[in-house]
Amino acid sequence: MSVVEALEYDVGALKDQAAQLRGRIIEMCHASKSAHLGSSLSCVDVLTAAYWHVLNVDPSRPQDPDRDRFILSKGHAAMALYATLAARGYFPEEELKTYNQDGGRLAEHPPANLLPGVEAATGSLGHGLPIGIGCAMAGRMQGKNYRVFALLSDGENNEGSVWEAAMFAAAQKLDRLCVVVDYNKWQATGRSNETLELSPLREKWAAFGWDAHEVDGHDVGQLASLMSEIPNGSGKPVAFIAHTVKGKGVSFMEDDNNWHYRAPTAEEVELAHKELGLK
Amino acid sequence: MRNAFADEITKLGQSDPRVVVLSGDIGNKLFDKFKDAQDDRFYNCGVAEQNMTGVAAGLAMNGFRPFTYTITPFVTTRCLEQIRTDAAYHQVPATVVSVGAGLAYAGLGPTHHACEDISFLRSIPNMNVICPGDAWEVRAALRAILQQDNPTYLRMGKKNEPKIHDDVPSNFVIGKALVISGGKDVTLLSTGNMLPEAIEAAEQLAQQGVSAEVVSFHTVKPLDADYLTNAFNSFQKIVTIEEHSLIGGFGSAVAEWAVDNGADARKMIRVGTPDAFFKKSGEQEYAREQLGLTGHQIAGRVKAALDRA
Repeated sequence: MSVVEALEYDVGALKDQAAQLRGRIIEMCHASKSAHLGSSLSCVDVLTAAYWHVLNVDPSRPQDPDRDRFILSKGHAAMALYATLAARGYFPEEELKTYNQDGGRLAEHPPANLLPGVEAATGSLGHGLPIGIGCAMAGRMQGKNYRVFALLSDGENNEGSVWEAAMFAAAQKLDRLCVVVDYNKWQATGRSNETLELSPLREKWAAFGWDAHEVDGHDVGQLASLMSEIPNGSGKPVAFIAHTVKGKGVSFMEDDNNWHYRAPTAEEVELAHKELGLK
Repeated sequence: MRNAFADEITKLGQSDPRVVVLSGDIGNKLFDKFKDAQDDRFYNCGVAEQNMTGVAAGLAMNGFRPFTYTITPFVTTRCLEQIRTDAAYHQVPATVVSVGAGLAYAGLGPTHHACEDISFLRSIPNMNVICPGDAWEVRAALRAILQQDNPTYLRMGKKNEPKIHDDVPSNFVIGKALVISGGKDVTLLSTGNMLPEAIEAAEQLAQQGVSAEVVSFHTVKPLDADYLTNAFNSFQKIVTIEEHSLIGGFGSAVAEWAVDNGADARKMIRVGTPDAFFKKSGEQEYAREQLGLTGHQIAGRVKAALDRA
């Protein structure tokens, strides 16, 4: 099998996996009537590429000191992270039914020190990248080769701490650190570029000293390939500005910001599953 | 206290490879010896305290013992959410070290005053809050901090403050008050850099026939419940002394403890800063005098309260 064939095979499997995750997330949202469905669906392909192709992790050893770190800095996409971790075997998929239920481990934003595979408690934006920098510096001081990935939302780029962190990581030349910005063009209550002027986002990250690239955040094959190359030889931390669609995968949710807070009805779940090719 | 911190952390860093110092672009030359000894474990994080604190949490999650350091407001309130969420919620051993607490930097103006930090920090779960009484206690606190695993706030005064101890107090334990000198009528519980004022107050009270115990109550959280239990049973007055607001600080902590534990809170006299910014120019000594925080003023309040009783 040639490299190209191997990659194509992988991409098909990754796409199937992403569809499965989207279906699971939509079920979770319906069952719990929780917010952030659109934000969860937009980053599924990044998570899929990371957890099924890029990351050097072993779900049976979630505290392995040599593991790659993946920090969901946009903690409001917790449903996507939970579905991913469960599907990867960090905890039983059955536990997803406890999402947002009384007494469970799966809160609407990821908890600290409770759930295997959750590297950091996030939900307040602008925290994940500084923590990730600390992880990357620790690895460098300990002579380890692990990499650190942080997934940020575009609205999260409003936070000053993100830019403090960006400048510091660049000064530290943390080339095993990678940020992916889920650039779905919406934040909670409006278009992200009408709220604060993010654009030109790639140029901003580049100006802050990062090796910054615009990518298709739904091209799971490209994401898998590019993220795997970290460290990529640039000598800099790497930022992927991933163009995405909020609510990706379901026609009546795509680019409709009502789904930042809305939960689907049973009928809508069924429709969505059909569109995703599930069942 | 500041120079003792730099010297002690340098020594500890040499023997403990977990020690990492993160500075918020302050302490010019202060850490030169640390850098000489272990350059790869000193980071000037710039004027970016939120990031510095998050980085500290990330380091602490991975086996290191980071110490973030800058002037009090900037290393506490500026990045309070990172302390709360990144360090305390994850319960990692990151230590926030502040310099110039209270009115130590009175002359620099209200932006540099810090009379609210104990209140904020002690309300955060998992946090230790330690306010050493002199440079020797700073050293003892640093050693103790490295022997435990919780996030900690270490609140320091400035450089060249009076030394109370002659050496590192060997009986320094986090959460255990240090009796500096015994007494039988009242006890003066001082936290942080007010310790010299408490000693001065005790001396003045002695001249007026009042026997005052002096205590360095260096740990505001967790409180030394054993000492407080005995104190409320033994003394006529329990005097809390701090260069910090009367809202939420050490005195508040003791008052809460007294109410919750059935101790007679009416015995308390709380010395601290008022619910107001101190807006005048002037150095610490002047500010203390204006706010009633000096030893002779404390002695006067205590004597008057005893006379009324």
